[in-house]
Amino acid sequence: MIFLNQILQGVLLGGYYALIACGLSFMFGVMGVINLAHGSLAVLAAYALYVLADRFGVQPFLGLAMIAPAMALVGWALQRLVLERSVRGGLLAPVLATFGLSIIIDNLLFQRFGADTRSLGPYVGDLSYDSWSLTDEIAIGKLAALTMAVAIVLLGGIQIFLNRTLTGRAIRATAEDPDTAGLVGVNARRINAIAAAIALATVAVAGAFLGMRATFDPYAGATQLIFAFEASVIGGAGSLWGTLVGGIVLGVAQSLGALVNPQGFFIAGHFAFLVVLFARLFFGDLGQRIRTALAGGRRR
Amino acid sequence: MRLLSVEKLEARHGQLQAVRGVSLGIERGETVALVGANGAGKTTLLRTIAGAHRIAAGRVVFKGEDISSRSPHARAALGMALVPEGRRLFARLTVEENLLLARSAGRTGAWTIDAVMEAFPNLKARRRALAGTLSGGEQQATAIGRALMMNPELLLLDEVSLGLSPLIVDRLYAQLEALKSSGVAMLMVEQDLKRAMAAASRTICMLEGAVAIEGPTAALTREEVTEAYFGLNKARAEALSR
Repeated sequence: MIFLNQILQGVLLGGYYALIACGLSFMFGVMGVINLAHGSLAVLAAYALYVLADRFGVQPFLGLAMIAPAMALVGWALQRLVLERSVRGGLLAPVLATFGLSIIIDNLLFQRFGADTRSLGPYVGDLSYDSWSLTDEIAIGKLAALTMAVAIVLLGGIQIFLNRTLTGRAIRATAEDPDTAGLVGVNARRINAIAAAIALATVAVAGAFLGMRATFDPYAGATQLIFAFEASVIGGAGSLWGTLVGGIVLGVAQSLGALVNPQGFFIAGHFAFLVVLFARLFFGDLGQRIRTALAGGRRR
Repeated sequence: MRLLSVEKLEARHGQLQAVRGVSLGIERGETVALVGANGAGKTTLLRTIAGAHRIAAGRVVFKGEDISSRSPHARAALGMALVPEGRRLFARLTVEENLLLARSAGRTGAWTIDAVMEAFPNLKARRRALAGTLSGGEQQATAIGRALMMNPELLLLDEVSLGLSPLIVDRLYAQLEALKSSGVAMLMVEQDLKRAMAAASRTICMLEGAVAIEGPTAALTREEVTEAYFGLNKARAEALSR
């Protein structure tokens, strides 16, 4: 029974990972940009919600209605000022630029808020700890269930947007071939800025749930980035439903790992990530290409 | 007012000057063939007109407006559509999505999805197929359909018959013939001299980045164009001067 419970909790935890991985996966899949500032931006959003709640008494869900559009604007600016320029410098330049940005964000937050940990938990009433009991041994946290539901709605909503709307199709076309998209009448610059804005709006949602489910501090971004990154890669980078699956695999692995040993939580998660990564290297498309290249090299 | 005039246009690929001072004009509803050997600069000229390639010198005037510094999507919005060499479809989008994408140009008119399906019946069954899975003929039909969905006033066609079987090419040209009556002006690059001259009212032949010969198709003989095509006049003149 405890085993079943751990799996169930792992699945729900996966919902949170999918939520935090959503923006990262979207940016990589659609724009081909690996945003290393992703975790720090989520923490930035969490702090913004904290300030709204603490200073102005704005409840976090209401605050999100303000912060999500604000983060979308940050995304627009990020694309225009940082990503657009750095993408011209090759694959590595945006990675370095966003890494630098994450350091700036982390340290500015530290300067402003200090090393104290904060949480949005106190501002959402009993949501942060209340649960439904299924049996004597299994209970589902209300917040965890809500996180999962939001992850599904967000990922599904973005998928529908990409498939059904003119802007969504333009985003996909621009990802595939920006030059030809221009010839068909798509303003690729505008489309990329819209995509970045959407990605960062999802980061605001991830930040809200990060703050509600646990505590955060100015340097919490790196851990969030690693979880987001692992969920994206396990799910197949760029695929939105895959990201949900990736998050769940990561969450279940961590929960089961924690059952074995308290330290097992992180180790099992990283282990699952590495197993999937190596499986891809050996059996996937990528592995095929590497083997072909190696075989070619040996023949010569 | 001319629909398009290109004035002393120059375009480069790094050190190579691909287009050297080309001037040409296209009237509304006119069909012009652009012929020339491989590497004569036809594709670069077309791409430069559409805005996909940078102008080194000269200017492009479309509907009386200097569009030399306009972006490709702004030119598309003005009514210019390029069917690029190699089709360049979005492989991960379906046929229908490729066509619908052309609405980004923001031009409404007679060309809708249904009209395209009517003009290219071979696409009807493939409507929801990914563009990456189409046959060559279907791909070309989708590429032309996508350009038509922009409801252009000027259609730039770059080697639409390349890699297609003669039967499919015949059908394609029959459809282009039907297009003429709709009032769309066309500038078509074509390797097949006979086919190009049969379709166009005017023929322009390029050689080494410049216009070698130009005139109404009726006034030009195939021999004249062939000589210009291979630069034979020039070679003969050089031989005589020696």
